[in-house]
Amino acid sequence: MNECFLRPRGNALILSAATGLLALASLLSNAFGDDFPIVSVPRLTIAAVLLAVLGCAFALGFIRRLPGDIAILFSSLFSAYALIETVSEHPASSSGGFWLLTLAAWTCGWLFVERLAAWQAVGLGAKRVINLAIPLLFGVWLLILWQIVVTGFGVPKVLLPAPSEIWLRLTGSVPTLWADFQQTFLKAVLFGYAAGCGAGFVIAILVDRVPFLRRGLLPIGNLVSALPIIGVAPIMVMWFGFDWPSKAAVVIIMTFFPMLVNTVSGLAASDAMQKDLMRTYAAGYWQTLVKLRLPMAMPFIFNALKINSTLALIGAIVAEFFGTPIVGMGFRISTEVGRMNVDMVWAEIAVAALAGSLFYGLVALLEKRLTFWHPSQRG
Amino acid sequence: MSSVIDIEKLSLTFQTNDGPVHALSEIDLKIEEGDFVSFIGPSGCGKTTLLRVIADLEQPTDGTISVNGMTPNQARLARAYGYVFQAAALYPWRTIENNIALPLEIMGLSRAEQRERIKRNMELVNLSGFEKKYPWQLSGGMQQRASIARALAVEPDLLLMDEPFGALDEIVRDHLNDQLHQLWEKTNKTVVFVTHSIPEAVYLSTKIVVLCPRPGRIYDVIESDLPRSRTLDIRETPEFLKIAHRVREGLKAGHSYED
Repeated sequence: MNECFLRPRGNALILSAATGLLALASLLSNAFGDDFPIVSVPRLTIAAVLLAVLGCAFALGFIRRLPGDIAILFSSLFSAYALIETVSEHPASSSGGFWLLTLAAWTCGWLFVERLAAWQAVGLGAKRVINLAIPLLFGVWLLILWQIVVTGFGVPKVLLPAPSEIWLRLTGSVPTLWADFQQTFLKAVLFGYAAGCGAGFVIAILVDRVPFLRRGLLPIGNLVSALPIIGVAPIMVMWFGFDWPSKAAVVIIMTFFPMLVNTVSGLAASDAMQKDLMRTYAAGYWQTLVKLRLPMAMPFIFNALKINSTLALIGAIVAEFFGTPIVGMGFRISTEVGRMNVDMVWAEIAVAALAGSLFYGLVALLEKRLTFWHPSQRG
Repeated sequence: MSSVIDIEKLSLTFQTNDGPVHALSEIDLKIEEGDFVSFIGPSGCGKTTLLRVIADLEQPTDGTISVNGMTPNQARLARAYGYVFQAAALYPWRTIENNIALPLEIMGLSRAEQRERIKRNMELVNLSGFEKKYPWQLSGGMQQRASIARALAVEPDLLLMDEPFGALDEIVRDHLNDQLHQLWEKTNKTVVFVTHSIPEAVYLSTKIVVLCPRPGRIYDVIESDLPRSRTLDIRETPEFLKIAHRVREGLKAGHSYED
């Protein structure tokens, strides 16, 4: 095993010491109320002892190897499980020891991420997996802490439901969510995005070709982009009816301008020498456009596509607040808020976040494929 | 035999905010087939501008110029020349072979003809084996060689080169000078070459045109009596040094005229 891999980096020492000490302290305090010590709950005791032993051992220079790291991951996750299970049996009554143990579990999870980063620095092949694992672990810990804090402090459901409640609601209403997703994402967003970006692209090429249009159309495009969506959405509903076309129209208005402006600057990105080169080949306008200027514009165009992928979803959801049939993500959010069904609102938010991230990720992946040559993508 | 390039009383004046700039003034020059002509002079003497006029990248304001008996515009549209720029200007999204294919695609050559020309010209500049590499994976000298192969692939009889080796270090530059000289000897193309470097100009050229600035004009034209076939060793001979001396004197005199 590589020598430098064994040397803990940066925060690892502090984190392991904190884990050990916090777990030790929690063993001596109350979990819930004034007369309910940690040691009276077997699983919490096991968790605390595990964390205390591992934390102290690591801080003192033992177990700084693969088996130790696996033990760290296992105990942090086991502690999280124990904490979540226990707190759901005693909601809103947690006291000092419980929070000390929560902190210990969290620092232990952080320690594991530090260890992953150390593995990465050594360049142990699995770089891709680690690159994926770190943000994933971060997300998981965010959910764990959210769950524990909300249950432990007894936060009212209307203010913030626990992830478990949102999950239950999500899995319990798949047909509704799917119908909403179809209505809002698969129809309004995708159609509006394609039409808005497509129109922006075509107009940008026209604007670039005809100087007269540059002076006339760019200011109008600018004006359209400045229109408040809240004002435009009801008008679109009046023009195009209650169903998804009016939402697609809002999305078109929102995505058109970023695409137009970015493509116009992208088309101006090729430098004089590259253009002279095409001139010496006696290349025509279209040949220069296809072989030089559009490839040069690609990074700009993808910028717009990425910005628009999130704008489109926001636009479609907000537009549904202003008149819609009884289906759609925005419609669901606005009605369920009125009925205090906040967990349903969060379920819709989760679907929107997931769909938006996937959409963005797909566009970014495509960008990586097509603009691999650009200095920002060469890596 | 008519000249490949025939320039008479050519002037070019740029209108700028600070008034007119006389980039070229009353240029008279004939370049014959198989000549290797260098334009040398200090910055701002119009040597690149003159090359760009030949390539139809700038329009003269006065005088006449013919390239292969045509106007520069007709010559450009007939793809009568290959142009090599100061930087390689390779497209980063194309592999080296596809960069060389670029002008061939624009000319509408068949796939097989393209393949054949790419192979031949990559061998000519010693780049075989780098077909599938991207430009940013090659060194500066290799990139510039690829750009020369790209210009040669058009198979022009006239090659216009604008300080092609200006950005490279001395060692690479010597090497490429040698390769360029061999290439010229082998193919018997007419080359017009812009440079800052006296040894480079004297080593490569059959004719050296010394320009001086404000207004850009020809100060001296030196016909080289060095043998056509040369190696880099020739730079140590008295004949070479004599020509180099005359070029240096010309550059000095052209400059002091102004100050």
